Amino acid sequence: MNALQIIGQVVLAQLARWGHGALFFLDLLRATPSALRRFGLVVGQIHAIGNRSLVIIVASGLSVGFVLALQMYYALTTYGAAESLGLIVNLALVRELGPVVTALLFAGRAGTSLTAEIGLMKAGEQIAAMELMAIDPKARVLAPRFLGGILSMPLLAALFSTVGILGAYVVAVLLIGIDSGNFWSIQQNGVDVWRDVGNGVVKSAVFGVICTAVALYQGFETEATPEGVAYATTRTVVTASLGVLAMDFILTALMFSTP
Amino acid sequence: MSDSPFIDIDHVTFGYDSRRTILNDISLKFARGKITAVLGGSGCGKTTLLRLIGGVHAPNSGRVVFDGEEINTADKAQLFRLRRRLGMLFQFGALFTDLNVYDNVAFPLREMTELPESLIRHIVLMKLNAVGLRGAAHLKISEVSGGMARRVALARAIALDPELIMYDEPFAGLDLVSMGVAAKLIRTLTDVTGATSLLISHDIPQCMAISDHVVLLATGGRVVAQGTPAELMSSTDPEVRQFVRGEPDGPVKFHYPARSVAEDFGPRMSA
Amino acid sequence: MNKKSTEILVGLFVVLGLLALLFLALKAANLASFTGGGDTYTLQARFDNIGGLKSRAPVRSAGVNVGRVTSVKLDPQTYLGVVTLEVNKGVNFPKDSSAKILTAGLLGDQYIGIEPGGDEKNLVAGDVITQTQSAVVLENLIGQFLFNKAADGGEQKPQ
Repeated sequence: MNALQIIGQVVLAQLARWGHGALFFLDLLRATPSALRRFGLVVGQIHAIGNRSLVIIVASGLSVGFVLALQMYYALTTYGAAESLGLIVNLALVRELGPVVTALLFAGRAGTSLTAEIGLMKAGEQIAAMELMAIDPKARVLAPRFLGGILSMPLLAALFSTVGILGAYVVAVLLIGIDSGNFWSIQQNGVDVWRDVGNGVVKSAVFGVICTAVALYQGFETEATPEGVAYATTRTVVTASLGVLAMDFILTALMFSTP
Repeated sequence: MSDSPFIDIDHVTFGYDSRRTILNDISLKFARGKITAVLGGSGCGKTTLLRLIGGVHAPNSGRVVFDGEEINTADKAQLFRLRRRLGMLFQFGALFTDLNVYDNVAFPLREMTELPESLIRHIVLMKLNAVGLRGAAHLKISEVSGGMARRVALARAIALDPELIMYDEPFAGLDLVSMGVAAKLIRTLTDVTGATSLLISHDIPQCMAISDHVVLLATGGRVVAQGTPAELMSSTDPEVRQFVRGEPDGPVKFHYPARSVAEDFGPRMSA
Repeated sequence: MNKKSTEILVGLFVVLGLLALLFLALKAANLASFTGGGDTYTLQARFDNIGGLKSRAPVRSAGVNVGRVTSVKLDPQTYLGVVTLEVNKGVNFPKDSSAKILTAGLLGDQYIGIEPGGDEKNLVAGDVITQTQSAVVLENLIGQFLFNKAADGGEQKPQ
């Protein structure tokens, strides 16, 4: 086989994988309405996905807020613009860091646990058992987790940004000594609810879709062996993270290109 | 009671991919209300047979007939209808690890029926009682031993009172006592409910003890022999004898094909 | 039972998340002032140069927020910048008030400052503010400075 045939095969195989993934995503969407009717299952999943991510999200948000405030302060005092510290930290968090960093942490913490859980259920024949009981596993198992992820992500991102801003407040007002009134009023003047906060929420919802769908796909399609599951969790983090970063670029260009 | 078989496998050929054929033009009939055991070495297609009957895969050629109805795997409504009439016991239970014992047995009832919780409670406790685990209803799956898990899975499989029960290696990995319990349960269930039972196993003594009819498959998906347990135990066919007596060497060879001993162990000839 | 405690925790999580969103919207963004100014009337002003004025820039009088810029366009006939602004109802300016484009601080955003005139009649919806002062453009300022410097130097030259 010459090089051209090999390349052709690789390309075709990759296209087939993407196609397979797209069909899976469509199945997931089709199964979502039935999950809405069984909202108790979704609530359980929000607990597993959202509540259990709280610690890492809040801790990260706080640290990012602290560090951003410090770093921006050093840069801003050069231009005598230290009063704008709150505004810069706010915009950085609400527009970008909140949704993106939360999504990356989410992919790592919740994404891998979803992949492993689904993969192990498949290995233990639980999925096959459900099929033979004439119950669609996509509706019963996957769709509630999908909805749980989509609903949790914006909340987690909002918490990340909020905690970050509060952390910046601690550094800026309590440690550095910037005026507290200015800290808030400059933000209130400079941050637009729909453009900045709203777009941030939209971004985090899109990222939630990406991370959760990738995690569920990898778990569902994995080989039922220890190596298979390990491979799948790695692929979840890598694929979801790359997807989030790519989508972030596209969304930022769409949302923030015209001032 | 009609004489037609409950399950009719009619000249079925099946392979997961084009390279390996797992079942090769086999024809089997599973009699109504009887226990039929399907024996054979690993990889001879026993589990695949169960999947075909459950409509998970479609045969490459031939038909699978379920109580007179040919299974069409593309017809979701038909699959739904037929699957309500069957219960399957998976090899290691396949219990849902995120639910406890009670919820596992209640699962098919909650998902497939509109029965109120009070009625479901009665049914679940009855089924658990039938397998001797009514007191264990509150336990988590992680707290349950292997033998108990198998019994919980059996309770779940019979929750909807199916007409066909399929057992995939129900005796695998059990101690002698648990095996005896499982065998007794399978026989009693079939006698009491009149369900058709399909037993996949390696375990000769237990299978022969409780089955009405035995089928022996060989690797490559061929039917080697079938008949009553007594007939197979007294068969003179070398393949059957090797299997039922557990002889290490016979028509199924002990040694995996290899080079001759001289080539592997002998002195190396220098060129 | 376990299910109850799960539901309570999830409820808490959702409430926390929504509170965070509310905080971001109210305390850290302009939702409060946005919704406060429900009733407004439209005015227009024409400038030679609007500088860095953008839409949604504030309109202030005596330093107090009284409205917002809604759009900034170029008039193709007169080549003037046409700024459309919304002023809160209840705040009225005399017909000869002036609008200047000012900068908030050294590096701040630009906004419109309205100085009230002395006319008895007030501006009503749809009126145009006739007295305007364009934004200060840095290059013009520098050019002016150099010109003045050159003029001073020229006066001192002849012996």
